[in-house]
Amino acid sequence: MITLTDLCVTFGRGTVLESRALRGLDLSIPANQFVTVIGSNGAGKSTLLNALTGDVMPERGRIEIAGQDVTRWSAPARAALIARVFQDPLAGSCEALSIEENLALAAARGRRRGLGRAVSAARRSEFQARLARLGLGLERRLGDRMGLLSGGQRQVVSLVMATLAPTRILLLDEHTAALDPRTAGFVLELTCELVAEQALTTLMVTHSMRQALDHGERTIMLHEGRICFDLAAEQRARMDVPDLIALFSQGGRQLDEDALLLG
Amino acid sequence: MSQVAFLGALELGLVYGLVALGVCLSFRILNFPDLTVDGSFPLGAAVAASGIVAGLNPYLATALALLAGGLAGLVTALLNVRFKILHLLASILTMIALFSINLRIMGRPNIALLNEPTVLTPFAGLGLKDMLLQPLALLIVVGAVAGTLIWYLASEQGLAMRATGANPRMARAQGVPTGRMICVGMALSNSLVALAGALFAQTSGFADITIGTGTIVVGLAAVIVGETLLPARRVAWLVVACLLGSILYRLAIALALNADVLGLEASDLNLVTALLVAVALIMPGMRAPLAAWRGRRAAA
Repeated sequence: MITLTDLCVTFGRGTVLESRALRGLDLSIPANQFVTVIGSNGAGKSTLLNALTGDVMPERGRIEIAGQDVTRWSAPARAALIARVFQDPLAGSCEALSIEENLALAAARGRRRGLGRAVSAARRSEFQARLARLGLGLERRLGDRMGLLSGGQRQVVSLVMATLAPTRILLLDEHTAALDPRTAGFVLELTCELVAEQALTTLMVTHSMRQALDHGERTIMLHEGRICFDLAAEQRARMDVPDLIALFSQGGRQLDEDALLLG
Repeated sequence: MSQVAFLGALELGLVYGLVALGVCLSFRILNFPDLTVDGSFPLGAAVAASGIVAGLNPYLATALALLAGGLAGLVTALLNVRFKILHLLASILTMIALFSINLRIMGRPNIALLNEPTVLTPFAGLGLKDMLLQPLALLIVVGAVAGTLIWYLASEQGLAMRATGANPRMARAQGVPTGRMICVGMALSNSLVALAGALFAQTSGFADITIGTGTIVVGLAAVIVGETLLPARRVAWLVVACLLGSILYRLAIALALNADVLGLEASDLNLVTALLVAVALIMPGMRAPLAAWRGRRAAA
């Protein structure tokens, strides 16, 4: 479903602040796979997602999605294939618009937006059905402004928005990081439900080793813009959080030494 | 205030209501501070007046004015979207350029339209006095434009435009081509302002190179007055509030200028407008400190 070849992204090229966020990253993800992504701050996790969505243009390398070369596609053009939930609950929705308007905006992702009414009666009842499943009472607040919801509620709505229009790939950028543990658990459970239901190819960035091991079927770790380990099903099943943390620090150090040697 | 003054203020309020709608679209919906309007208002007047004087059908001349305004808005939008020039600066560049262009179009700084046919000429036979006919005709035009705008903003494309202004990153993630939305919105906004200019020239009987000065402030004043009096969440009410704000603003100005006690003259208009806008902008920020002060007094 996703094939990345020799992906390189550098910020502030040629300046003192030059930072090489991705340094020749290769990654191949088959359809319907749920991959968790870990790595320390600055390892390139967010850049990887931004490169996938088209928010960052790579200077080298190739991005293939569903057999198409999308390397030069703009972010809106890729939106038909990719849905995304941001870390910041405020980033993924428009607080000035109502809940139903936000949902209508997401429901039209990937198709031409015409001059027909954005929130029709049929759409509204569809939204109601989708929100009623959550059991948060949001289905009675369709006309409320998004800004009136709590961070957790907004993140839940963002998740519903991401899965409203047909999509192939779901990108989750630490989407539970800003939530309290109970809400985070709820959002995570909902995520897994939706992913399984719609058979989505998923990349979930997380800082929680527990989350990384408990969800999905494959875990990769990024370090200095490259993948430093890639754990598939059986290998991962034998791991626990302490093992992962050991690998985390060890993997980092090894690469550091390599970097020193290769200078 | 005399009836003549009242109807005159109403008429101006309606014409500038179109400016308010345009400014609302750029400032409020797209979050794009656009000063192009200072150039596109006289541009509309210049195109319509020159066209009519040259013997063009007034309706065709007005349509051309609309188109010219749209083009001006598009230039500003492209300077910003394509060439990454800061929005405010991009609009100032277009505004300055339009001053020369308007002079070129008119060939002279002033065109009189006193005995020329206008878009209102076909209705002169209805037996209404000009004084009444003009506000009535404008009311119909402005009402139709506002209705269309409300319908557009509630459509899928309109919603995408609102998202572009409110949260561009999210809009792009939802597949909205934000650059194209800005171009469409800015063209729409400035064509409304140019339409206002074309109607202004035809109802006032002249086009002048200087009529654009301060258009943005007047439009903004109308938007702010409207929003203060009619604080609305629904976009339909926002559109209505802009129109209402424009009319009330003109009435307030007419009242101020007519009150002999104040000793104000027509030339003081810009000062009064600037003060009004400044007060309206300061007011929301003053509410909290005032409430806190009252709270402290009540506690003491």
